Amino acid sequence: MTATATPALGRTAERTGGGTLAGTGVLLRFGLRRDRVRIPVWLAALTLGTLWPAAAFPQLYATAADRQAAAATMRSPAGLAFTGPEHYLSDYHYGSMVSHQMLGFMVIMVGIMSVLMVARHTRTEEESGRAELVRAAVVGRHAQLAAALILTIAVNIALALLLTLSLGSLGVDGVTWGGSLLYGAANAAVGITFAGIAAVTVQITEHSRGASGMGLAVVGAAYLVRAAGDSVGSGLSWASPIGWAQQTFAYLDDRWWPLLLNLAAAAVAAAIGFALSVRRDLGAGLRATRRGRSAASRALTTPLGFAFRLHRGMLVGFAIGMLVLGMSYGPFLGDIETQLQDIEIFKEALVQLGGATFVDSFVAMIMVLLAVVAAIYAVIATLRSRSEENSGRAEPVLATGLSRTRWLGSHLTVALVGGPLMLLLAGVALAATGAPTVNESGLFGEIVAAAAAYIPALWVTTGLAVALVGWFPRASALAWLVVVYAGVVGYFGTILQFPDWMDNLSPFGHIPRLPIEGFSWTPLLILTAIAAGLVAVGLYGFRRRDITTK
Amino acid sequence: MTTAIAISGLVKTFGSTRALDGLDLTVNTGEVHGFLGPNGAGKSTTIRVLLGILRADSGSVTMLGGDPWADAVALHPRLAYVPGDVELWPNLTGGEAIDLLGRLRGGLDSRRRDELIERFDLDPSKKGRTYSKGNRQKVAIVAALASDAELLLLDEPTAGLDPLMEVVFQDVIGEVKAAGRTVLLSSHILAQVEKLADRISIIRLGKIVQSGTLVEMRHLTRTTIEADTAGPVTGLERLPGVHDAEVGDGHVRFSVDGAHLDAAIKHLGEFGIRTLTSHPPTLEELMLRHYGDELAAENNGSRQGVRK
Repeated sequence: MTATATPALGRTAERTGGGTLAGTGVLLRFGLRRDRVRIPVWLAALTLGTLWPAAAFPQLYATAADRQAAAATMRSPAGLAFTGPEHYLSDYHYGSMVSHQMLGFMVIMVGIMSVLMVARHTRTEEESGRAELVRAAVVGRHAQLAAALILTIAVNIALALLLTLSLGSLGVDGVTWGGSLLYGAANAAVGITFAGIAAVTVQITEHSRGASGMGLAVVGAAYLVRAAGDSVGSGLSWASPIGWAQQTFAYLDDRWWPLLLNLAAAAVAAAIGFALSVRRDLGAGLRATRRGRSAASRALTTPLGFAFRLHRGMLVGFAIGMLVLGMSYGPFLGDIETQLQDIEIFKEALVQLGGATFVDSFVAMIMVLLAVVAAIYAVIATLRSRSEENSGRAEPVLATGLSRTRWLGSHLTVALVGGPLMLLLAGVALAATGAPTVNESGLFGEIVAAAAAYIPALWVTTGLAVALVGWFPRASALAWLVVVYAGVVGYFGTILQFPDWMDNLSPFGHIPRLPIEGFSWTPLLILTAIAAGLVAVGLYGFRRRDITTK
Repeated sequence: MTTAIAISGLVKTFGSTRALDGLDLTVNTGEVHGFLGPNGAGKSTTIRVLLGILRADSGSVTMLGGDPWADAVALHPRLAYVPGDVELWPNLTGGEAIDLLGRLRGGLDSRRRDELIERFDLDPSKKGRTYSKGNRQKVAIVAALASDAELLLLDEPTAGLDPLMEVVFQDVIGEVKAAGRTVLLSSHILAQVEKLADRISIIRLGKIVQSGTLVEMRHLTRTTIEADTAGPVTGLERLPGVHDAEVGDGHVRFSVDGAHLDAAIKHLGEFGIRTLTSHPPTLEELMLRHYGDELAAENNGSRQGVRK
């Protein structure tokens, strides 16, 4: 791809053999060395993330009737928006299911990986000033971008091979070797397209956060465009790089040519990126940075106002995500009974839960998931204090009249209020979009109450995180284990029928599962008391220890 | 209260590293105290103990009459701090960061703030992530100096400032000193400390190796003498306290310990002095004397000088 891109701007490449690309090989090896952990982790996560559900499909949808029922559930605007084009449903075997249900979602992850990788090796390097050191050596002006792109393309190709080999060797009916090759290639093609787009966005702003943010926004927009197109079956899907990958109908029709669109778009974008890169100075962006206020507002200079300011971006972004998540389940609520009762394994799981209606059981089942996602926010917000400390930004603040307790307490407040807020937003979004589709009075309130019941579990999660920050700061990332464990037990526990003690280990396992179980104050009060204890312990530990300094 | 900071026998370890190894330091109220030492000697660690950011393992520390660890919150409104490596919040402007730090400490003089921003030629409307190292440093300096804090803890405050700004900084510290405020100024920029400091403490490997006024210290160190004489000089090498003597025909160059200067000059007078130049020890030489043994050990390739 770089080969197609460079001749267009090779007018300065006349002097030495390498010209503007001199040093690309060295930088490429350097990039591989720097990412020797990151790349395998991404590849493993993406491969396993695809393989696991793909391997589970034969168990989840054991009979042809199950698969037809699944296809019927999908055949609605909402169902298609969240998966892919309706054509997949025409023969809904395991291969079609993998391609239909997984591809659209997984390529978002592949896109994120590609954008972050390109930004990390180009704009981040410039921003930190390291690029200047590198550029002063015998390195051509296009070498850094070229090396970043080659690295990202190579990783995408490796991903394609891994997906092909692992899916192909699953031996699931319909998941053919030929289809797997195309499925892997489609993932890589989307990744390469977004790498090309990132080559443009990194030219625009001075900051890697802005550059990757813009790149990720394009990924999101590509997904939304195809979702809008697929939901009504219009040609709009053809305006999205993700849409092109889905139009290959891997495992169903196995047509390769739409991927040419991906590669062409990548080549054009990369060429634009290279062309723009010579129109700006090293370290500068095409767009000047905005200025801000030259004095602080009153609200900013209170401890809580300051913490809120630091958390604001994440808070708003996460809140939007939670609303979308809640709304994504709501529209299915009305059909849930007719759709799910044909699928044995879900039916069994829901019966096991013992709700009065399928809707109630379904609400109870997904509420734990929404709660675990809200717990992700609770952990992010709590650990923000730790990253402030690690970056050296806590030190000057703690040298002022602000006590350690109030400083950590202000971050904690955001976590303790923000986590429940996230959960309630998702709950209200689910209730608002779901309740009208079901003929059951009082459902709106029941759904919101079911969400609210999980609030003490979020507090315990925050409590554990702050206890780690206070006593074992280097190990504070272990707080993520709570979320992972609660997620695994919450999601698979019902379907795979884990023993009770596994559920009881998770703070989320003690929450009464409304609306199928009765409400009970006792566990909620106990969890709240535990959370209060953990917070107190964490604050006490934080008062006693050294602050991490740079 | 005439002592702003009194530290004795301070020990701080990080794992197996002994960062502070029985440090003693006294800073009098109203003085500018230079705190000199190379990187890694323990300057920042000492200041962080004074800030209550790090907890002392042993030893006693009194600052402004209180315990910096236990009374941190009560003491902090009375002091201001400039770290050596300022990290700012990427999405807050410099002006916002100044106000934030100032108000969290308990208020800042907004007229003085604006005046300092002007003097240091700082653009307060830029976001933190867009500042250069020098400008980040200015943000912290303005935030600290716009306060009415009675004690300033400055940890290599001018690292990254250009020479012009360095002069502005020295002027401002001069004003602070005139106002009777106390300054602990850590640095390895010797000329800066030489100009500003009333007293100096030299730290090496977590210990204060020398403390006093510049005059006292010069007395303790060697002066370099160069002279032209009427006749050839003899017997100079045998005098106590004379080092590195180079004796030529009618020309000598040697260095002599402060205590033996008088005897050396008298000896020289016997040979008829025609010209005489003496160089007082610079702080570089003061420092070199304290680190000279390490340098010598490295130069000789002898690795027996194990540091403890």
